[in-house]
Amino acid sequence: MDLSFISAYTPMYIEAAGLTIRIALYGIAGAFGVGILCSLIKELNIPVLKQLAQIYIELSRNTPLLIQLFFLYFGLPKLGIVLSSETCAVTGLIFLGGSYMAEGFRAGIDGVPQIQRESAYSLGMTKKQTFWRIVVPQAVATSVPVFCANIIFLIKETSVFSAVALADLMYVTKDLIGLYYKTDEALFMLVVSYLVILLPISLLSSYMERRVRYAGFGNTGIVSGH
Amino acid sequence: MEGAILQTIQLTKSFDGMQPVLKEISFSINKGEVVVIVGPSGCGKSTFLRCLNRLEEIDAGEILLDGENISEAGKNIYEYREKVGMVFQSYELFPHKTVLENVTLAPVLVQKRNKRQAREEAEKLLKRIGLLEKKDMYPRQLSGGQKQRVAIVRALIMNPEILLLDEITAALDPEMVREVLQVVSELAREGMTMIIVTHEMDFAKAVADRVIFLDKGEIVEEGEPKEFFSYPKTERAKKFLNTFHYEALEI
Amino acid sequence: MQDSGIQVLFQGINFVRLLEGLWVSLKLALVSMAFSMVLGFLMGILMAGRNRIVGFVCRVYLEIVRIMPQLVLLFLVYFGAAKHLGIDISGELAAVIVFSFWGTAEMGDLVRSALISIPKHQYESGYSLGLSRMQLYRHIILPQTFRRLLPSAVNLLTRMIKTTSLAVLIGVVEVVKVGKQIIDASRYENPKAALWIYGTIFILYFAVCFPISKLSTVLEKKLQV
Repeated sequence: MDLSFISAYTPMYIEAAGLTIRIALYGIAGAFGVGILCSLIKELNIPVLKQLAQIYIELSRNTPLLIQLFFLYFGLPKLGIVLSSETCAVTGLIFLGGSYMAEGFRAGIDGVPQIQRESAYSLGMTKKQTFWRIVVPQAVATSVPVFCANIIFLIKETSVFSAVALADLMYVTKDLIGLYYKTDEALFMLVVSYLVILLPISLLSSYMERRVRYAGFGNTGIVSGH
Repeated sequence: MEGAILQTIQLTKSFDGMQPVLKEISFSINKGEVVVIVGPSGCGKSTFLRCLNRLEEIDAGEILLDGENISEAGKNIYEYREKVGMVFQSYELFPHKTVLENVTLAPVLVQKRNKRQAREEAEKLLKRIGLLEKKDMYPRQLSGGQKQRVAIVRALIMNPEILLLDEITAALDPEMVREVLQVVSELAREGMTMIIVTHEMDFAKAVADRVIFLDKGEIVEEGEPKEFFSYPKTERAKKFLNTFHYEALEI
Repeated sequence: MQDSGIQVLFQGINFVRLLEGLWVSLKLALVSMAFSMVLGFLMGILMAGRNRIVGFVCRVYLEIVRIMPQLVLLFLVYFGAAKHLGIDISGELAAVIVFSFWGTAEMGDLVRSALISIPKHQYESGYSLGLSRMQLYRHIILPQTFRRLLPSAVNLLTRMIKTTSLAVLIGVVEVVKVGKQIIDASRYENPKAALWIYGTIFILYFAVCFPISKLSTVLEKKLQV
């Protein structure tokens, strides 16, 4: 392996990794918002919006991100809607991730037993109070592992962004292979980059998961916050 | 009826158009009275309690608290529930809150009481049941009996006019049943109005002012505990008490 | 409607070509899924077993697969193998290798968790009835494992199908590639082709995956233990 090649092109990878992380952050934040919105719509049982949210969730979950991106990037301009590579990538990631986050919340909310709500009602708490004070904190705690898994999933999915001409890690790698035939070095740096991004998150998430599963509320209460 | 705190008139309830679980139940309880409801499983006793706390919508009939019909549409259900406390078989403490937070949540949130006052009262109540030193623990760190005692305190701090206890010892290990029943006995002595659904016949005998035998959604028999347990009048009650003895012997 | 561009779908055999492309994607998914099921089952049994070294190796394998994007794995095999093994590995083969590698790990983890979710008492009561080890697995353990496994395995199939869309990025001529060819061919006569072609591919994927995910949900409800 050509070490001088690696060191020469490291800045390029760092820049590309920065781009990947930035888009992933926007996408995850957006997905989180869309997810909360969808599950609130479902929880509040708002007609029409509820059905729309469901249709969105099914569409998003049953199609590949790559196709969603191609449609956004190559299809939409024909309707006069032109998105930059970056906007396209963020939009695609939000479209994909929103449904996964929504399902995560949903599972969390459904996971709180009905009788917990009743027990709050029996103390005279209103539906709203019960939802925010009793259901949501428990739902968030139980969905922590799901959220972590979703975040890792979304970061991994960013790897297809090169397909819409975004100069991300895959793009740089392909370039280096194509231009200089430095296959080993390029692939090595690619793997290292993703490891550096994802390994800490993965470790953190399995730590949090253990914490939620085995300790739950009680030890130091990282999830309860009180 | 004069002096009745809580009263039902021909309360009827069914699920999804099935046979009614409760058929025109007329019932009342006076201030300071302790009524124990017994009956075979599926007889509707838990549903009855849940109706009384408006956790189930009733199909027909009325529920009156202090003579006021609270089953009418438009009545503030939350205000009503505040006055009627309920304790569940499975404790249902809030797992994300400490013991103290569990107890003070509703007084602060629902009754808008001063936080510090609520805290002081909670501590006083916890001390009474001997769990003051557990106040900063989370429910999962408590035993079943301790959880259930906290659940009772959580209902008590609201100063309810009446307390509904739904098989509160059914999920407990035998050695913990006693500590919970002791708390209930003390409440009875202090004049707390209570409706208790239980399978603990000895306890029922000891604590009840009146026993109601519910079977297939109807009040089949009611009377003084000594009478009821020693000389049940109806065939159904006799049969129930017999199977009960038999089961108790077998186990 | 003349210039909406939708006619691109009906020109010549365009639509049939898209369907053929989709079939290539599905074949990739099915073949990879078949490998994943068989190998995943073995891996799951190994992981549920007591051997700590085997367990550790499987764990590392699973973590690698969980962390590395499938596309990175595709690049590794497609470009890496070509260079080091001196063979020009086809895109299809690279895809099947990578998707099976990925699917095996996922399947293995599903099998493992299904196996360990069966309570110890089930084994004990089986043995206490005098069943042999073979009988125990055949009649008690495996049927329950399958029940728990089936919904998530079906779900894995939809993930596999969605993942096959990546194959276009290493040059496999599947549905997306065919779509691109059609768009390129009709660039001048029909500039709006991209909208319709990618829209159609989107719907085609949905039409395939949606019923399968519904099936998974239904199975989950039906087979609930």
